[in-house]
Amino acid sequence: MGFLSNTLVVLLLVGGVWLARLVARDRYWRENATQLWRRRPLALITLALFLLIGVLDSVGWVGGGASGEDDVAALRSRTLIDRLFQPERFTEASYSAPLARLSFYGGQPLKHPGKHLLGTDILGRDVVYRAFKGVRVALLIGGFTSLIVIPIALLFGVFAGYFGKRIDDAVFFLMTVLASVPSLLLLIALVMVMGRGTLQVCIALGITGWVHFCRIARGETLKLREAEFVDAARALGVSDLTIIRRHVLPNIAHLIIITFALSFTGLVLAETILSYLGIGLDGSWGQMIDQARNELSRTPIIWWNLAGASVALFVLILAVNMIADALRDIIDPRTRREGR
Amino acid sequence: MGAYLIRRVGYGLITVLGVLFLLFVLFFAVTDPDDIARKAVGERARPEVYALWKKNHGYDRPLLLNRAYAAGDSRRYTDTLLFDHYRRMLTFDFGNSDADDSLIARRLKEGMGPSLSLTVPLFAFGLVLGVLLALFVAFFRETYIDRAVLVLCMLTMSIAGLLYIISGQYLIGMLLKWFPISGFAFEPYLAGRFLALPVLVGVVSGIGADVRLYRTIFVEESNRDYVRTARAKGCGEVRVMLAHVLRNALIPILSNIVITIPFLFTGALLLESFFGIPGLGSLTVEAIQGNDFSTLRTMVYLGALLFIAGQILTDISYALADPRVRLT
Repeated sequence: MGFLSNTLVVLLLVGGVWLARLVARDRYWRENATQLWRRRPLALITLALFLLIGVLDSVGWVGGGASGEDDVAALRSRTLIDRLFQPERFTEASYSAPLARLSFYGGQPLKHPGKHLLGTDILGRDVVYRAFKGVRVALLIGGFTSLIVIPIALLFGVFAGYFGKRIDDAVFFLMTVLASVPSLLLLIALVMVMGRGTLQVCIALGITGWVHFCRIARGETLKLREAEFVDAARALGVSDLTIIRRHVLPNIAHLIIITFALSFTGLVLAETILSYLGIGLDGSWGQMIDQARNELSRTPIIWWNLAGASVALFVLILAVNMIADALRDIIDPRTRREGR
Repeated sequence: MGAYLIRRVGYGLITVLGVLFLLFVLFFAVTDPDDIARKAVGERARPEVYALWKKNHGYDRPLLLNRAYAAGDSRRYTDTLLFDHYRRMLTFDFGNSDADDSLIARRLKEGMGPSLSLTVPLFAFGLVLGVLLALFVAFFRETYIDRAVLVLCMLTMSIAGLLYIISGQYLIGMLLKWFPISGFAFEPYLAGRFLALPVLVGVVSGIGADVRLYRTIFVEESNRDYVRTARAKGCGEVRVMLAHVLRNALIPILSNIVITIPFLFTGALLLESFFGIPGLGSLTVEAIQGNDFSTLRTMVYLGALLFIAGQILTDISYALADPRVRLT
């Protein structure tokens, strides 16, 4: 587990640097990026913070735990976030209010008195820590799913749009069938059938969200196929695959980015519903909310569990929504013409 | 027109067959019928119990083709899960629930009323409120009112549906005690009191996205040539918006609404299960929690069926209303 997520982090960082270089080199993307930064600095910083937490929570190694723990815990890989909060120093405890010195459980003194910014949950776990752990899960749901889905959707959509005929018919039929099933029901059915687990939920979300990307890629490719520069390339004897790589893909990249940003929030919000139904991902904000929803009826009211998870969720979704909105304004020529 | 109609309906039917195949792959090929049986009778049941359960629920047949037919099996060649699945779904004979053996058709009939009594007002209020707000915003486009409402919409869109329900139940149900927190009754007055809160929560949680979408449509329409003509002949801005823009924008709005029609019947999953409304949404949630695959399968199928029917209807009404739509 530790090894896998470490390699993933390295891969993501390499991919990020590569993308950044690509953006910096191309004038069009560079200008769009600066414009985005100028319009939504706060949202971008927020997203960067979330990404940082997610990365910190993915880099982990074995060893270096607290003394006096059992062997199983000692062999588990701990991430940087884990090391920061040290949840394994387990003492029997229960709810404690934000910045409290005692927990509900027999008025016990807390392990970090006055330092639990958002209090602790029913098992005495720090709420801030749990909210931080949820960041990685949310990014996995939104980002990882899209990383799997976009290449596949592009492959199908672009090929269908470019080559037309039988391929198009087949892909279009597949899209119609998948789009006909209401997405929440399809999602639920997929998770039920494949079973719980990170990969399964990601695949289910991917199959549900795939159609949307594919439809956009196909529609845009259909238009581009008739474009003059594609005709010119064909007349010069450029092969189909090269045309797709050099002329079609760069011209639908902006749409894919917008769709990615828009679908990210949908994916994360869909997971909260799955969590409520009991088929969500472990450690997600959805699960935290689900566990915390009955605590409002306690006296004294326990609000910090719900608040921690929902504020984190809200901030991430809002930041991504803002960025998506600005992105659409900046790079989609159709909304640009409308004149803001 | 006739040829178009036939072709459109024909394609719809083929899509239904495709959906059924998808369901077959998901519910029979990916999930092993053994798994379903194990979940229904328990992990430690004896093999005989298992076999009996599978036989009673029709899961004991071969998957694609009954090859044993040639070897003197009494059953027909097509007596398999695949053919049975198609035959039963297409004739609306949904059989019994995997969890408690009750007739699915009866439960559907029972759940339809409560579901509709929640979703129809939700749908109507949401639509009217969304369109009115969007018209209002579009009327004041490019002003601070517009910006403020758009930001507000963005904020409401960023809150998870779960949170709306939890906070609605807490604030209005528990603190203010305006409406009961959950429950349902068939008597009209009581039903109204029980349904007020879920409808309110549902409308509020969905309104942000709707207003933004409708506003874009309205603004797009108000840049058209006919609007300039209307202004040139002396129409006031209010009249332009209400008489010209609204009427023309209704077509794209309606086509967006059709997508939500299956939800009217399949019910609002979260709302129904949180507010204790015994509708089809609750039925689905129960099916998920009880590993009731046959009910879940039926609900997915019905949702898809309604969606396809709705799309055919929109396409046809498009073709009827708009002569520019080519009937190819």
